[in-house]
Amino acid sequence: MIGVTAFGGYVPRYRMSRMTIIQNMAWYFPVIMAVAGGEKAVANWDEDAVSMAVAAAYDCMAGKDRKTLDGVFFASTTMPFADRLNAGIVAAALNAPEEGITNADFSACLKAGTTAAISALEAVASGERNSVLVAASDLRKSKMATMAEMFTGDGAAALLFGKDDVIAEFKGSYSLNADFVDHYKGAGKDFDYMWEERWVRDEGYGKIIPQAIAGYLKKTGMQLADFDKVVYPCYFTGTHRGIAKKLGIDPSRLQDNLHNVCGDTGTAHPLLMFCAALEQAKPGDKLLLAGFGQGCDVLGFEVTEKIRDFRPALGATGSLAAKVDLPNYQKYTKFRDLITADLGIRGEANPNTSLTALWRKRKMILGFTGSKCTECGTPQFPSLPMCVNPDCNAVGAFEDYEFADKPGKIQMFTGDMLSPSVDPPAVYGLVEFDEGGKAFLDFTDCDLNQIKVGMPIRMSFRRRMKDQARGFTGYFWKAVPKAQG
Amino acid sequence: MASGIKDKVAIIGMGCTRFGERWNDGPEELMVEAFQECIQDAGIDKKEIQAAWLGTCFDEVMVGKSALSASMALRLPNISVTRVENFCASGTEAFRGAVYAVASGACDIALAIGVEKLKDIGYGGLPEFSTAIGTTNALWFPNLTAPGGFAMLASGYAAKYGLDIMDVKRAMAHVSVKSHANGARNTKAHLRKPVTDEQVMNSPMIAFPLGLFDCCGVSDGSACAIVTTPEIAKSLGKNDIISVKALQLALSNGTEIGYKWDGAHFITTTKASKAAYEEAGIKNPREEISMMEVHDCFSITELVTMEDLHISGRGKAPTDIMDGFYDLNGKVPCQPDGGLKCFGHPIGASGLRMLYEMYNQLLGRAGDRQIKDPKIGLTHNLGGFPMMNVCSIAIIGRHGA
Repeated sequence: MIGVTAFGGYVPRYRMSRMTIIQNMAWYFPVIMAVAGGEKAVANWDEDAVSMAVAAAYDCMAGKDRKTLDGVFFASTTMPFADRLNAGIVAAALNAPEEGITNADFSACLKAGTTAAISALEAVASGERNSVLVAASDLRKSKMATMAEMFTGDGAAALLFGKDDVIAEFKGSYSLNADFVDHYKGAGKDFDYMWEERWVRDEGYGKIIPQAIAGYLKKTGMQLADFDKVVYPCYFTGTHRGIAKKLGIDPSRLQDNLHNVCGDTGTAHPLLMFCAALEQAKPGDKLLLAGFGQGCDVLGFEVTEKIRDFRPALGATGSLAAKVDLPNYQKYTKFRDLITADLGIRGEANPNTSLTALWRKRKMILGFTGSKCTECGTPQFPSLPMCVNPDCNAVGAFEDYEFADKPGKIQMFTGDMLSPSVDPPAVYGLVEFDEGGKAFLDFTDCDLNQIKVGMPIRMSFRRRMKDQARGFTGYFWKAVPKAQG
Repeated sequence: MASGIKDKVAIIGMGCTRFGERWNDGPEELMVEAFQECIQDAGIDKKEIQAAWLGTCFDEVMVGKSALSASMALRLPNISVTRVENFCASGTEAFRGAVYAVASGACDIALAIGVEKLKDIGYGGLPEFSTAIGTTNALWFPNLTAPGGFAMLASGYAAKYGLDIMDVKRAMAHVSVKSHANGARNTKAHLRKPVTDEQVMNSPMIAFPLGLFDCCGVSDGSACAIVTTPEIAKSLGKNDIISVKALQLALSNGTEIGYKWDGAHFITTTKASKAAYEEAGIKNPREEISMMEVHDCFSITELVTMEDLHISGRGKAPTDIMDGFYDLNGKVPCQPDGGLKCFGHPIGASGLRMLYEMYNQLLGRAGDRQIKDPKIGLTHNLGGFPMMNVCSIAIIGRHGA
């Protein structure tokens, strides 16, 4: 049996009410008032498609051995690198093996997530791969006062495919290709160019998804009535329901499009909706999953008894619930670089990143790996050639020690207004890990006035810097204080 | 067994510029200004200086690398000049180079000069130092600033002693009030206005809980010293000889940032001061130290340092500070010249500027800041950050005291 062996989702902490956008921008383009309801997920300023994919991947891999991965597929239309394997960054952040693994980027189309899933399932089915992780993520920039700004949200999802402990058995797939350009983003452009909504709704989503589902049913001999949940994205909520009605799917069997609580997360969206469906699924349930974009992918699954044994760390539902309102529209536009605010001369310093040092220290920087002294047992970060324990100082007696999933507590901290930051004050401090070791870290997703010494933290992989002059993005791990609950 | 530096080297001359926003002076002008005062005080000819040390920190935005800037500015007679840099200990490091050269017998008369021209960068605060932390650290270090790094200490200190951070902030405020009161009496200080506790408490937040008035100024300045042996000093006709009693440095080894540390004290200062007292033959610093110039880059640094110098008991610095123990008329006056708080912190110059005040106090030249009959003065620098730092301590006093 092959299929889904784990799943996870990530929706960033901030939610912006669509009314906030309307209050700020409806004067410019009142049409946006047509979709005034609900809220959209907004990534923090230090997140991007890669960092959110890592968050979803960790959510998915909680309790799973990341060393057994032999494939990491990353799907996104907003990858930070045009030429550097983005999936390789995700894999390094997971401390996945470097030997005997195939990693790949799936891009340039919103159905790249489902296409990556089909490729992963086919690789497992062929016997060449045992455990392939698919992480899909998008952080799409949209111009102010546009329907795109209203509809899109940021988020990520991850699915692990394999042969053992399958929680949703793969029941075949069907794809159709259509160079239907509802929107496109030219190479090097920041924003999507969108065609008329009515055409996109009626001739795009409204026809292509039903056509692909029909193809799947014909290929597999299954009936649509067999499926307990049908999952497909469509940010026009009316059209989303209209397609179901046309196909004869009862509203109770249609997976919610998350428009009200999150917005459309692009490449991640079908997988994020699928995660939400799996979180509710019972053994024996059949799920149909479709991805849309220049055609349509359709995949069928049947949930097994093993679903009772699996829970993601937070999952799509947990991630959606862990939210903070972002009432400040200007902050959002700064986070997305839609406005220019001055960082001051202090913020001008922009040395390049040493790629030799990054390669040498890749486990440390991307995987947040320190070491544990085999003589005295002290976990330590950063790892230097001699043990940090002054009573030990053993030389080279180390094994790798991963801090990324270790709990810790704040020892000391500050909120720094002098440090150039997109979201001042820059909050940072010293963290002590419960099982030993400490590290000096930036904090993120927090409010200074809620932080206290001794507060628990968890670690999160974040974009550390973006070198606008050279196009390089640097990553490291930050501590997220657990202010409440 | 090493016998230490006590009474082996005498200071025969010192000089110090007015510290401030010296818009019209570069590092060369500042060095010459301090040097002119110093050599006149020493009463020797420039040609008698056999070796020199220059302390600077931000060479990238100032004098450049090497010690050529000092050699050329002072037109030194083709002698050895060495530039030293060890964060905020740079000035004291220059002094240590000169003192050790004389003590070793390698030369008779040596010069230590420190300078920093900070006000050529176009923005407030110290120069941005993201490129100065090393290639690997640049990949992961938080984008910290000096106030942010030290502000963390206040949260650690309050947590350790179970204090409300605002109560700690009130004691920190008195640190600044006291230094401003002293600086107001000093014509060479940059900031010369007294401030009130309310002003300090209500100043704009820089890095929680440090407000603007918890932070030292940013200034240009230079200070220098000429040292020789006590015998040569006597032969030069010096009657009141001020000699070096102790010179100690201690550097972090990673314990604070990566192992066991309470986040409420400086491991380095605790060790360096103990070693310095041993070297100087001081048994009870609270009784024997006459006065101090310590590294008050931020009010919290001075507060915690009072304990690390073994003068206030652990957890007792706020009480001593509020009791006026460190005021100019207190038992152990701290920052009689106004400290970094009023002088600012031209890094390479600061250690020598502190020694300049101790030297003048010991010689009874401190004017209306004069402390009654001081015998022993201590200076202290703390460079880097609480969790990773360089500490230097110098003790000077009357020869034979």
